[in-house]
Amino acid sequence: MTLSQQVLELVGLKPEEYRLACDRLARTPNQVELGMIGALWSEHCGYKSSRPLLRRLPTRAPWVLQGPGENAGAVDVGDGLAVVLKIESHNHPSAVEPFQGAATGVGGIVRDIFTMGARPVALLNSLRFGPLDKPRNRWLLGGVVAGISYYGNCLGIPDVGGEIVFAEPYSENPLVNALCVGVARHEDLVRARASGVGNALLLVGADTGRDGILGASFASAELDARSAERRPAVQVGNPYLEKLLIEACLEALRTGHLVGLQDLGAAGLTSAVAEAAARGGSGAEIDVLRVSRSEAGMTPYEDMLSESQERMLAVVRAGREAEVQAIFRNWDLHSDVIGRVTDNGRLVVREGERVVADLPVALLTEAPTYVRQGVRPAELEALQRLDKRALPHVEPTEALLRLLEAPNIASKRWVYEQYDWMNLTNTLLGPGAADAAVLRLKGTRRAIALCTDGNGRYCYLEPRRGAAIAVAEAARNVSCTGARPLALTNCLNFGNPEKAEVYYQLSEAIAGMAEACAALDIPVVSGNVSLYNETEGRPIYPTPVVGMLGLLEDATRRCGLAFARDGDIVALVGPEGRELGGSEYLATILGRVAGAPPVLDLALEARVQRVVRAAIAAGWLSAAHDCADGGLAVALAECCVAGERGADIDRLAIEGWPDGVLFGETQSRVVVAVRPGDLGALAARCEAERVPFRQLGRVGGDRLRIVPWVDVPVAKLRARYERGLARYL
Amino acid sequence: MRWAVLVFPGTNCDLDCVDVLTRLCGQQVQVVWHRETRLPACDRVVLPGGFSYGDYLRAGALARFSPIMRAVEDFAAQGGLVLGICNGFQILTEAGLLPGALLRNTGLRFRCAWTHLRLENANTPFTHVGRPGQVLRMPINHGEGRYFVTPEQLAELEAHGQVVLRYCAPDGSLDPAANPNGSVAAIAGVCNRAGNVFGLMPHPERCADPELGETDGRLFLDALLHAAPARALVEDATLASGGRAR
Repeated sequence: MTLSQQVLELVGLKPEEYRLACDRLARTPNQVELGMIGALWSEHCGYKSSRPLLRRLPTRAPWVLQGPGENAGAVDVGDGLAVVLKIESHNHPSAVEPFQGAATGVGGIVRDIFTMGARPVALLNSLRFGPLDKPRNRWLLGGVVAGISYYGNCLGIPDVGGEIVFAEPYSENPLVNALCVGVARHEDLVRARASGVGNALLLVGADTGRDGILGASFASAELDARSAERRPAVQVGNPYLEKLLIEACLEALRTGHLVGLQDLGAAGLTSAVAEAAARGGSGAEIDVLRVSRSEAGMTPYEDMLSESQERMLAVVRAGREAEVQAIFRNWDLHSDVIGRVTDNGRLVVREGERVVADLPVALLTEAPTYVRQGVRPAELEALQRLDKRALPHVEPTEALLRLLEAPNIASKRWVYEQYDWMNLTNTLLGPGAADAAVLRLKGTRRAIALCTDGNGRYCYLEPRRGAAIAVAEAARNVSCTGARPLALTNCLNFGNPEKAEVYYQLSEAIAGMAEACAALDIPVVSGNVSLYNETEGRPIYPTPVVGMLGLLEDATRRCGLAFARDGDIVALVGPEGRELGGSEYLATILGRVAGAPPVLDLALEARVQRVVRAAIAAGWLSAAHDCADGGLAVALAECCVAGERGADIDRLAIEGWPDGVLFGETQSRVVVAVRPGDLGALAARCEAERVPFRQLGRVGGDRLRIVPWVDVPVAKLRARYERGLARYL
Repeated sequence: MRWAVLVFPGTNCDLDCVDVLTRLCGQQVQVVWHRETRLPACDRVVLPGGFSYGDYLRAGALARFSPIMRAVEDFAAQGGLVLGICNGFQILTEAGLLPGALLRNTGLRFRCAWTHLRLENANTPFTHVGRPGQVLRMPINHGEGRYFVTPEQLAELEAHGQVVLRYCAPDGSLDPAANPNGSVAAIAGVCNRAGNVFGLMPHPERCADPELGETDGRLFLDALLHAAPARALVEDATLASGGRAR
């Protein structure tokens, strides 16, 4: 049996994969079956290239309630509560249709969370775009932000944080990673299992149309000049309908009549039914004629692969269908019993009496995996070479001001003011107030801290170390609020893994993440992989993004980044250093992406974070801020701007030209402001933990002075920091 | 006191209103689904924020047709106190219970930000515990919050003390830069002529809990908790302005 290359390309299967499917099926699949196999064996659904690598990541800890494999991970946060979290990409749709691409990205990740029985309480976004001097990149940024705003605000889920980075390799292939967090009582957590023979498969929500057909395959191919023609593969979002689905599903779950709940995302009904059946160790039989359609003349193929948004699959106890459907009706939601759970391990699709597909569930959900041979990119050695003595000198105050208004560092106010970040009245520290967002858990004394991090430039220069730094920095950000990092969710954004250099980046980055997770004792509880992020054969920076969850035992013992009190001592917890490799300073001020990223000593990192958390818990600190992009000088400036007060930094040891000391991005460092009376205790604690500690100066006045190199009014810092992004938009 | 908090499909600030009223104010709250045709026995009615019917067509334009709105009209006609926050305000204007309309922000973008507000009328059941000219700090969160009335209507509103809140600078002065959405006369909140229906775009429920830091929103809730019967205050205002009943 031969099939034309064209047909296989359309469903996203390689010839050898087609042969494998035929072998495993012991016959040739028909057209509907072929489409179903192609969608579930896509990289997006099947994790063909990443699954063997992902096994390296630590996923267990005593507080993990649910690790990878469900719709989202879940972690115990005490008081009988669980926090559910997951991050997911919507890169390809956003590249061709930024508004709907980003909006439906939010919709998809939110469904993953309430599918678990949790009420969604927070959103974060990790975004990457090309430089804003190109009009198309401004269009993409504006569209993506508006799409997130439109969808998230309507749902009433506060969008509390995230990050945005601009660099040329993302120009044609922006990254849109959405993270959602939910809260549930332990006993209310549900799994997406289709179990119990005879139980009903209830399809709820939007009617099924032709939108987004083959979206999973689209997401698993490189972008090219014809990508814009695939705009019909991008779905259209209806946040109002999703809001009704959230409320109705949570209400329906409370009846106890649901045995499972599964959202419909990539590969639509095919994926939802197959995955739920696989998890339940069961089978399913459905009739596509029972599926309510929004368009006439749809074929079974289209029914099974439609990615129409805002649909859920509920597995309802036999005999309880009417009660559950009444709940959905009360929320103006339509639902149809489209099939039943079986026990034969097969997914049977009928169109009335006619069987149109009959496949083993395992065939669908167990995509072939590939272990490839990675090759270290030849250019890395040359890229990492950096002669610091040969770097031109830029006047430090001028460099600081230019860094503050660089879009990568500048205030993201233009963005976050478009997001409702206050709804649900839990936001204790919102955007711009701290290194991570802090949300209280109502009814308890506790709070959670949330952030995202990822440094594509570091990973490009040295993937293993860059990815480890992403984990370390995310954990550090959470620690700077006083919270203990509990778990992370990751989104691995890479190029085409069939290229040896890209595979190397992927494999090294996962190894780096695994090392950092192990050293910092942070399990990975969920995640998503987005490959084929390339345009015209050029890959993006390898960009593993980390979404970190932390827990504060006492919500009142939290810390922001603003210098809040005149007379407090400014100090550096962590090593002094001057590493400029891979820095924002090199990229923005000198226009160079070069050098090795800073060294990361994970044992030291763990100790630094422990000291900072202890100092916050003891009430010694009025501010804590991670030294990251832009180094020590930028960190100090950000503390000043946020607190609208100055600082005199007169005890910094600077020998020679100060670029490394001021702007170097040496890791494991936190700028703190400490009450003078507590300085001794903090210094002693650092010594006990073998953490370097240096007093830098004092908070006060209305200028930032870093003797003898920088002396500038805070108002001027603020003006440049605030205009940095807005000037383009 | 008994409060009814209305929920339309798409309302999303209902949980916050209920939380503030029950946990912080110790009130009895009944959540009322929009399809109800009657209000429960209650002393106060709140229309919370959100995106009723997804803000499709126009914010509030569809919710005004919900069955419960007939009951709200009756309640208001009898002098009952009705508070509309953000989308609730939009619904009340669409329903004709409050004058004016709320249009797309001048910046054409959604805005979630802290604003300063000047209390223009401290003689309503919603504001009587404040002082005239008092400056409050409260957050806004909307894409369609640009209050609009014609110049003639504006003159009427001003004459009858119906302009209750205006966006202002931190020192209380009126400054175009402090008007976040381009509202006519920087109006952030208005009441009806009788003074018993009040709508505002800022969110008092988001700044009422000391745990969150800021509490200026408590003013409106405290006022409602201690409001004299609506009629008396309203008669005052009506007499003072010599106006007709709406």
